[in-house]
Amino acid sequence: MAAVTAGRAPVGPMLARQTWAEFLKLWRVPAFSITSIFLPVMFYAFIGIGQSSQVVSPGVRFGAYFLASMAVYSVANVMIFSFGISVATERGMKMDVLMRATPMPPWVYLLSKCITAVVFAAMTLVVLFPFAYLAGGVRLDADVWVTLAYRVLLGSIPFIALGFAIGYLSGPNSAVAVINLIYLPTAFASGLFFPKQLLPSFIQSIAPYLPLHFFGQLGWDAIGAPTDESVTTDWLYLVGYGILFFAIALWAYRREESRKFS
Amino acid sequence: MPPAAQLIDATKKYGDVEALKGVSLDIELGEVVAMLGPNGAGKTTSISLLLGLRKPTSGKALLFGLDPTHLDARSRVGVMLQESGIPAMLKVREIVDLFRSYYPKPMGSDRAIAMAGLEEKANALVKELSGGQRQRLYFALAVCGDPEVLFLDEPTVGMDVEGRRSFIERIAEFANMGRTVVLTTHYLEEADQLAKRVIVIDRGLVIADASPQEIKSRVAGKRVRFKAAALTEKDLDGLPVTSSTITDHSVQLLTNQPEAVLRELFGRRIEISELEVSGADLEDAFISLTSHKGTA
Repeated sequence: MAAVTAGRAPVGPMLARQTWAEFLKLWRVPAFSITSIFLPVMFYAFIGIGQSSQVVSPGVRFGAYFLASMAVYSVANVMIFSFGISVATERGMKMDVLMRATPMPPWVYLLSKCITAVVFAAMTLVVLFPFAYLAGGVRLDADVWVTLAYRVLLGSIPFIALGFAIGYLSGPNSAVAVINLIYLPTAFASGLFFPKQLLPSFIQSIAPYLPLHFFGQLGWDAIGAPTDESVTTDWLYLVGYGILFFAIALWAYRREESRKFS
Repeated sequence: MPPAAQLIDATKKYGDVEALKGVSLDIELGEVVAMLGPNGAGKTTSISLLLGLRKPTSGKALLFGLDPTHLDARSRVGVMLQESGIPAMLKVREIVDLFRSYYPKPMGSDRAIAMAGLEEKANALVKELSGGQRQRLYFALAVCGDPEVLFLDEPTVGMDVEGRRSFIERIAEFANMGRTVVLTTHYLEEADQLAKRVIVIDRGLVIADASPQEIKSRVAGKRVRFKAAALTEKDLDGLPVTSSTITDHSVQLLTNQPEAVLRELFGRRIEISELEVSGADLEDAFISLTSHKGTA
């Protein structure tokens, strides 16, 4: 970490400062920090607690099943929103131009946003898990809690890329609308709020191809619920979506570069 | 040693618009340079090329002999741009500390904040700052890395007279530390007060590159001001002046022969009062330079 090139600032402390700044920027916007942390808890309180003890499949109660749903929902939500909105806003404010003129390498900026997003995502779990335990009476083995946590954090990486792409493709005022229009319907279509069987049939026919469908299955599998595809298939699809979203994000980033800085 | 900043026959086109038509200039370490010109003259484009924010269509831009996007070059440069945003939800000290972390040998954050006169606002959020305070914060961000070269693009735009005066003093304080300062401005008195070298840019070309004194001497050297009732442009016909302005009863003439002008005025029996003859300032010089472009 102490790789110091003569005449340049050390990158370690720079990354630490940048990450802290990115964290504070999001933390101090209640519209983001409160909603991303407490909205999943609220959904859990409204939908999950009342029927927590109902058995949805052998050995799996709804409390645990819906906990997995909300863990997936909240982590993907943080990834898309924190990235998409902050990138779009900062482009709108021409902050990127000033940053561009400083000796900070662009990857520090991007990595600091990724770290911040992961920290926020972990914070949503730190609030959601105890809530499900205490209020929803969810009892899982220690290794199941851990599996659920690492799967939703790792599986959310493609959604970072999606947020990044939306941040570069939409304007500062439209980013929120674009994200909601994409994210909420796909969250419903992927069965994160209620079973897919209740959805209109044409949505049921596209649902099995949505990235959130595979992401959701990773979560449900972690708590022992049966899923349509194997965990390996889920990961493969998510890697595929990850590559696709990163490619779009990179294309959008380059497009912006050639417009603004050539 | 290569110059601190250099443009070599640089041109820049935005679509069909030719913003720079071939500009060459060297800025050496320790110089305080003002780039002067009306809006749209190509000042901001020149700065953008020197900072690597834009690429020249042809020709070259170099910082310390390197490509301006090279981080070794950028690490020696502080920047204040027009119309650039900063995060509203960070506190002044937080963002100063952030920018300090970008540079190899930054100055202390207290010092940077003091140089910008923001001591009382150090713990305020950016969104709570007034326009002038925000402008000073940009200055703090530009100097906090203790850079060898400071680029300031229209640093005092939108400030009132008092704000501008104290801001000029802050820039002078930094320049007096032996640093290189390159600023663009269309406030001509700023260039005169700060810079030892003035580069006049108009319509994408350098039309003058000299000390403020030389620029003044190259054009109308004296300014004659007086008041006269009921004077019209016609009364001034044939006088040896390079320009004349009449507002209400005040008359201002620019000339190299003030004595001849006055002799003629008295000869025409024009009643004048509050007569004042003084050396032309840069603003006067600038008007002459840009309106007689062919001869400058």
